[in-house]
Amino acid sequence: MALKKVGEVQKMLNEKDKVFQNLHGFQEPFIEGALKRGSWSNTKEILSKDQNDIIELVKSSQLRGRGGAGFSTGLKWSFMPKNTGKQHYLVVNADESEPGTCKDREIIRNDPHTLVEGCLIASYAIQATKCYIYIRGEYHHEYVQLEKAIEEAYERGFIGKNACGSGFDFDLYVHRGAGAYICGEETALLESLEGKKGQPRLKPPFPAGVGLYGMPTTINNVESIAVVPTILRRGPDWFKSIGAENNTGTKIFCISGNVNKPCTIEEEMGIPLKELVEKHCDGVEGGWDNLKAIVPGGSSTPMLPKNICESVLMNFDDLKANGSGLGTAGVIVVNKNNDIAEVIERFAHFYKHESCGQCTPCREGTGWMHRMMQRLVRGEISPEQIELLENVTKQVEGHTICALGDAAAWPIQGLIKNFKSELISKYNKKLKAS
Amino acid sequence: MSGNHPGLSNNFSRSGEKFSWSKDNLRSIKNIISKYPKGREQSAVMPLLYLAQEQNNNWISIECIETIAETLNMPKIRVTEVASFYSMYNTRPVGENLVQICRTSPCWLRGSNKITKTICKETKCEINDTSDDNKFTVVEVECLGACSNGPMIQINNDFFEDLDEESTKKIIDNIKEGKPNIIGSQKGRRSSENAQ
Repeated sequence: MALKKVGEVQKMLNEKDKVFQNLHGFQEPFIEGALKRGSWSNTKEILSKDQNDIIELVKSSQLRGRGGAGFSTGLKWSFMPKNTGKQHYLVVNADESEPGTCKDREIIRNDPHTLVEGCLIASYAIQATKCYIYIRGEYHHEYVQLEKAIEEAYERGFIGKNACGSGFDFDLYVHRGAGAYICGEETALLESLEGKKGQPRLKPPFPAGVGLYGMPTTINNVESIAVVPTILRRGPDWFKSIGAENNTGTKIFCISGNVNKPCTIEEEMGIPLKELVEKHCDGVEGGWDNLKAIVPGGSSTPMLPKNICESVLMNFDDLKANGSGLGTAGVIVVNKNNDIAEVIERFAHFYKHESCGQCTPCREGTGWMHRMMQRLVRGEISPEQIELLENVTKQVEGHTICALGDAAAWPIQGLIKNFKSELISKYNKKLKAS
Repeated sequence: MSGNHPGLSNNFSRSGEKFSWSKDNLRSIKNIISKYPKGREQSAVMPLLYLAQEQNNNWISIECIETIAETLNMPKIRVTEVASFYSMYNTRPVGENLVQICRTSPCWLRGSNKITKTICKETKCEINDTSDDNKFTVVEVECLGACSNGPMIQINNDFFEDLDEESTKKIIDNIKEGKPNIIGSQKGRRSSENAQ
C-alpha cells in the first residue's frame, strides 16, 4: 500500500479511527465501559500469536515511541534478548512531567484498560512476566483510577496467572514517583524504582541488556503501550493508513497557553499545526495575527516562529526538518501579549530546579543559564553576552549523561535564533532609559 | 535546586516523638514489599515514605526516616537521600492544606501570577509560608502536568483547574469554612475536552 509522503496535507481524523474512545471521560472509564469500547475482546487470540510475530506487526505499523524520542517501538522490543531464563521486565513510563504535556493523564484516568491490556500484550511480546507502571506522584487520582482498573483486570482473569486463558502468567504493579522530572528519563526511572535517587545511568549497558534489577528491561511511554492492542486488533495497515510514511497513526496533542480553548485531542499524526490551533482550540487569543511563537512538543523543543507555524505539520519528520521536534506533542502557544523571553526564562527555572545534580555542565549550567535568562528578561544583557549565553548552551548540550542538559539548552537556543534582534533592542531600550 | 520548597530542604528535623507504624500501615507495608523481588525491599522506600508522611501529619521527620530504615533494613542515609531528592516528601511541617501553585510557562501564560497573588492574599501567607492558624502552606511548584487546564493548583491530593481569581478565592473560602470543593475544572469541563 502506498503511504503518504511527509509533507502531504492530511485529512481530518475520523471519529471511528480514534484509539481512545473515552479520552475525555464522558463514558464509564472502567471495565464495563472498556468492554463496550472493545478492550479485552480478543486478547487471548492475540496472545496465541508467536512473540516475534507480534513484534513484527508492531514494527510494520511504524509506531514510533510517544514519549519524545520517536524511536520505533517494535524495533525497541526486538532488542530484548530471547529465552535468557532471566526475569524480563516491562516498565511503563507514566512520569509525565514535560511542561505542556498532559496526555497520559487522560489515558490513565479515563481509559485505563487500554493501558492495562497494552501492558499485558507488550510484556508477552518481550517475554516479561512482570511489569511496573511508574506514575508521577502528583497524579494521585489517576493512580487510584489505574489501581482500580488493574484490580478489575485481575478479578476477571485478564491478568495474573494464566492471563486471559493464554497460559501466560503476568503481574502488573504501579509505583508512584514523588515529584522529580528527571525520573522521566528511563534509567533515572529505573534507579527510582530500585529505591534510589533518580539519577540517570551511563549507557551502555542499555536497559534491554541490563535494566531493572540488572535484568533485561524495556521502557515505553504510556501512549505507545496503550495504542498497541488497537494496532493488533485492526492491523498495522489500518494504523499506517493514518498519517504519513514513518509518521503513522493517531497522536494525542495537548494544546496549552494563549489559545481560546486549550484542550487535549487525539488527531491524525501530521495534522497541520495551524489547523490544530484554529479548529480544535478556537484560535489564538487575539487572533492568528497575534501569534508570537509556538513550542510544538513540550518545553524541550525549540520554538517555532509564526511564519513556520503557518504550514508546518505535526509529525516527527516535518517538525525536525523545521528545526524543532514533535517531542511529547505538548503544544504551547504564545501570543504577542506575553514576553517570549519570560516564557523561556520560566523553562530555564524549571530545568534548574529539576537538574539531578550529577553532571557538572548541567548542574552548574542550568543555574547559570537561568540567571542569565532573568537578566535577559530585564533587558540587562548586551549583544555580546547574548552570544556568550548561546555559546554556553552549546557547552551544556551533549556534555551530560542524559538529555536534560540538551533539553535545558534547546529552548534558549530557539529563542536566540528566532528573536535575537528583539532581545538586542530590549537591551538598547533599557540602556537608553538608564 | 531552590531551597524553600518544603520538599527541597536538606534540613531535616526531629519531631521529638518516636514514630512507629500504625496497625493499618503495618499491613500495607507487607503488601507493598511483596510487589518487589526478594532482596529488593529497598524499592519500597518511596511508598513507605508516603505512608510515613500520611501518618505523620504530612511531613517526614528524622524519626520517620529511622523507622523506615529499620523496616527496610537499609542505611538511614539512603532513606534520607531519597527523602531529600524528591520534592513531594515534605521535610518540614506543613499546614493542613499544602497549596501548590504551578508556575511553569503554560500556566503562567494563562495567568498563574494572578492566582498566586489571590492565594497569598486569601490565606495571608507569603510563598513558602505557613499561615498562623496552620491551615495553609503555600508554595510555587514546577509543572504539575495539567497544562491544557491551566492555570491550576494542587491542594493536598486534589487538582483544581481552569482557575481564575474568583474561583480561586472561592476554593480557599470553602476550605476556611469547612465546605466541600469541586475537584478538577472550575469551569465545568469534564476533563480537558474542547469546551463549547
